[in-house]
Amino acid sequence: MLFKILYKDDFRTLIETAMKSVEVVAPKKVGSNARGKPIHHYLPVTSFEEIDLSYETTEYSAKTYFIPYLENLANYRFGDEDWEKEIQYRFEPRMILGLHACDISGLLRLDKVLIHDKFPSPYYIARRKNTLIVGIDHEPCEGGFCHALGTNVVSHGFDLFLTDLGDRYFTAIDSDRGYILLNKVLTHDVKEKDTKDYLDARRRISDAYTTHVNVHNLPNLLDIEFESDVWKKWGAKCLSCGSCAQVCPTCYCYGVSERVSMDWASGAKVKQLYSCNLVDFAQVAGGHNFRPEATTRLKYRYYHQHRGFVEIYDEPKCVGCNRCGRTCLAGINPPDIIGELQAEVRK
Amino acid sequence: MSIEFQPYDIIKDTDMTQPIDFNQRNKLKSVDRAFKAEITNIIRLTDMEKLFQIRIVDDAERQRFTFLPGQFVMLQVPGYGEVPISISSSPSAKGHIELCIRKAGVVTNVLHNARRGAKVGIRGPFGTHFPMVQMHGSDVLLIAGGLGLAPLRAPMFYVIENRVSFKDVHILYGTRQPDQLLFRYQYEEWSLIDDINLQIIVERPDATWAGRVGLITKLLDNITIHPEKTYAIVCGPPVMFKFVCGRLNQMGLPMHRMFVSLERRMHCGMGKCCRCNIGSTYTCIDGPVFDYWSVMNLKEAI
Repeated sequence: MLFKILYKDDFRTLIETAMKSVEVVAPKKVGSNARGKPIHHYLPVTSFEEIDLSYETTEYSAKTYFIPYLENLANYRFGDEDWEKEIQYRFEPRMILGLHACDISGLLRLDKVLIHDKFPSPYYIARRKNTLIVGIDHEPCEGGFCHALGTNVVSHGFDLFLTDLGDRYFTAIDSDRGYILLNKVLTHDVKEKDTKDYLDARRRISDAYTTHVNVHNLPNLLDIEFESDVWKKWGAKCLSCGSCAQVCPTCYCYGVSERVSMDWASGAKVKQLYSCNLVDFAQVAGGHNFRPEATTRLKYRYYHQHRGFVEIYDEPKCVGCNRCGRTCLAGINPPDIIGELQAEVRK
Repeated sequence: MSIEFQPYDIIKDTDMTQPIDFNQRNKLKSVDRAFKAEITNIIRLTDMEKLFQIRIVDDAERQRFTFLPGQFVMLQVPGYGEVPISISSSPSAKGHIELCIRKAGVVTNVLHNARRGAKVGIRGPFGTHFPMVQMHGSDVLLIAGGLGLAPLRAPMFYVIENRVSFKDVHILYGTRQPDQLLFRYQYEEWSLIDDINLQIIVERPDATWAGRVGLITKLLDNITIHPEKTYAIVCGPPVMFKFVCGRLNQMGLPMHRMFVSLERRMHCGMGKCCRCNIGSTYTCIDGPVFDYWSVMNLKEAI
């Protein structure tokens, strides 16, 4: 990994220049919640002032720029007892600025499923390869437990990654295009003082986590506690709304439907992100539902996150951002559920 | 100062310009392109099921299309949707395939109203297959309940076409009522084939039924199993697996020598949409064909 020092004035110049030729998406304050805490979203921005890099977290992850909630997989033209299918892939470049390590870790997990596994997704690859990612270090967010899962530090999956050292950024460069981009402005070689400041900053962040989740032996624990009352307790609270999957940076499941114009001249095959908590997720033709109760669906979601995904990809799907916990109307959250499961075995 | 970003145009990717072959699972990127196919013939089997004979339109694509018994395709009716259907025909017929389809939802209802010549889309083949080559030299039990005869027909064709490679062959088929029996016109042909034991049973006979009455497990009563040289393929509703596979196990057949085909709703067929997941197992990638030992180790599988 190459490192450079980038002063904040030069960083601003860099971003303002990039905005002229490419869409820039960045954290932007959109309001405040009932407790007065600011709410941020990743949104397209047109001026540097709109960007708030000191944000704590966002309600939604940035996955919508890679696997949109709604996406046309194909368009149809109908006519004369026949049809033609057209598929288009995105190729307009985009920059996402200010992603935290957990969200970059989330993209690395999506890469495993959508690029490196069987049947790579051309839609995802096109978006991923055309997106320049500039990440940034941050103070731990409330309820986040990324440090327990090792997703609070990333060493790849981005183009540039910034650590704030006051007047300047300690900048990691992980791609050729990131290097080319950075060379558009003045940068400095890393000196001893910079390294010391960087390591101090990392240590300060690392010591600041307040949420602790014990994920030791979790895949086996989940198998042992398959019939645990913990599932009944939390399953009874679950409203089956699917909000957790919508805000999750790594939930990628979906449903496909077809839409047609009123005159049947054209149509589209549309992909819509789904959630395994929705009642009909595992319902088959003829009406049989393999997971009819909220309890089994909630359990399934945790099994996929912390057991099933590990079996296939050697790491949990969850990155510990706790967005699902924050958004859940019933207060269901991973630190509590995992904590109670760990307590079950110690009984 | 300006910044130029070189866009990446995926359609120029070499993997995208190759002819589509869904058997190239790790490389294929044109995952949503489909083979255009036309319905060449429709055979009415019962009130609920029809057999659709389908041909991939493009000559080269039709010749290239190969599948193994037990695999399925995603059948697309543009404007209505896409459904997973197991291939019900002989693997040697390549891009001429037969799909036995029950009227069960939006897409299958449209298909039941479709006419000869209608154009559909085919993606696939997907999924695992019955290990037919591994079964060479053994006795084979082909057991189907209800609509299970549809996925069983592909391995049946394989066994019939390669009869010399198998020892004793039993085809056991059961339905609830006589009017639900599929492929009635083929029973005579199957039973006339040298040394194939075809037995059919129904649970609730009507006035015209002269055959056997009872549950499908009853057909196993007068069969002797040589566990070390027998394989079983069992297709049907999940409840049938418990009884039939349980009975076969009692008769001495190890679970890893029994193969079943599971069914789930699928929206992609490619291990992406998660709709068919059983725990962490994708029915579309790791299945639909599983040995019974694996099924017993999957939570909520049947």
